[in-house]
Amino acid sequence: MTSDLSHAYEHDHKHKHEHQAVPSDPALRVKALESLLVEKGLVDRAALDALIDTYEHKIGPRNGARVIARAWVDPAYKQRLLTDTDAAIAELGYGGMQGEHMLVVENTPKVHNLIVCTLCSCYPWSVLGLPPVWYKSAPYRSRSVIDPRGVLREFGLELPEHVEVRVWDSTADVRYLVLPERPAGTERLSEEQLAALVTRDSMVGVAKIAPPGQEQHP
Amino acid sequence: MNGVHDMGGMHGMGPIQEEKDEPVFHERWEARAYGLSLAMGCFGKWTLDGLRHQIELIPPADYLRMRYYEKWIAALVELMVKTDLVTPAEIETGEPAQGSPRMSPALTADGVPPMVANGAPASRKVPAPPRFQTGQRVRARNMHPLGHTRLPRYARGKLGTIDRVHGAFVFPDTNAHSLGENPQHVYSVRFTARELWGQDAPARDSVYVDMWEPYLEPA
Repeated sequence: MTSDLSHAYEHDHKHKHEHQAVPSDPALRVKALESLLVEKGLVDRAALDALIDTYEHKIGPRNGARVIARAWVDPAYKQRLLTDTDAAIAELGYGGMQGEHMLVVENTPKVHNLIVCTLCSCYPWSVLGLPPVWYKSAPYRSRSVIDPRGVLREFGLELPEHVEVRVWDSTADVRYLVLPERPAGTERLSEEQLAALVTRDSMVGVAKIAPPGQEQHP
Repeated sequence: MNGVHDMGGMHGMGPIQEEKDEPVFHERWEARAYGLSLAMGCFGKWTLDGLRHQIELIPPADYLRMRYYEKWIAALVELMVKTDLVTPAEIETGEPAQGSPRMSPALTADGVPPMVANGAPASRKVPAPPRFQTGQRVRARNMHPLGHTRLPRYARGKLGTIDRVHGAFVFPDTNAHSLGENPQHVYSVRFTARELWGQDAPARDSVYVDMWEPYLEPA
């Protein structure tokens, strides 16, 4: 049915444009769909604007970074974060959509954790925002479980053989967040300064956090 | 279903393409598609599991070719037509059918903050205790349902260990098809890399898969 309808629609669209050899333009399709749904009274444009604004400007990896920094400076908080994750994250005011059931997995010198969703694109929105394209892509989804070390190498992270790699496939409703190792030389930094060091990639597990002043991934 | 979406363990998909300073949405149509999908979901005519399944039904070649939010929109159109929120003619013409009643949006701007803050927890209380305990050996069932399932192919038939009991959650295999929430206990099951991928895999590494109880049998 998907193909029938979308092909019918694409055909119609192409027809209007004199048989151009280009695939139908998703921008035009989405615009037409939004107009139709607004005209039918099914969609409120202001609601879309509010949703988009929330995930473009309000909810993103800075949320997760604050959680990680707090865990680094406050051992009791870290304990709560690892054992009663949802409540600990809620202490900082985060939670809700696609973060209803969270687990935090801790990286150590002996264990490295990596998060993936092989079946679709499950990701902890409440603390990391919406996932980057690579996280949703076939290369990452296919290889993270069978060759996590190779995947990490592509991100520039070579793990020693003695480090245990744990891959977490988000197949159910639990969303995962990696607690990265605190980098050396950060003993004097404030919680806020520490949060500024924490990258999105480190909280997915595809990167470590570089000591302050060193080049790092986003 | 054994679809191309179930890609854990496949080869040949190419290198991972990172993008520095990637925007949340690359083009405005992606943002609008995202918003439309969430807003239309608020009518409660389908479940999130149902939306996932509809995306899985996209033919494999299209699934691999399409941009992420193109898939969302394709699935959304299908679901809206199936549930009579729109007609195929309306999709084709882009105009509401003559004489069709004007509806009210399920999601308005003031509904967005509570929707985001509360989410939609899928955990449920069930009377039965969990069948499996932490540390217990289990085998993932060798099953190939035609409908929606969250049991990835790479784990089917494999031996694992219960690492954690998560609690009971809505069962996607029924919920996706509007056959009820049918909540079941969910476990984090640890599979060694060698059990999944053979003796060439690193000895210490493992994959943790979250699994509903009907996916598992005692080993």
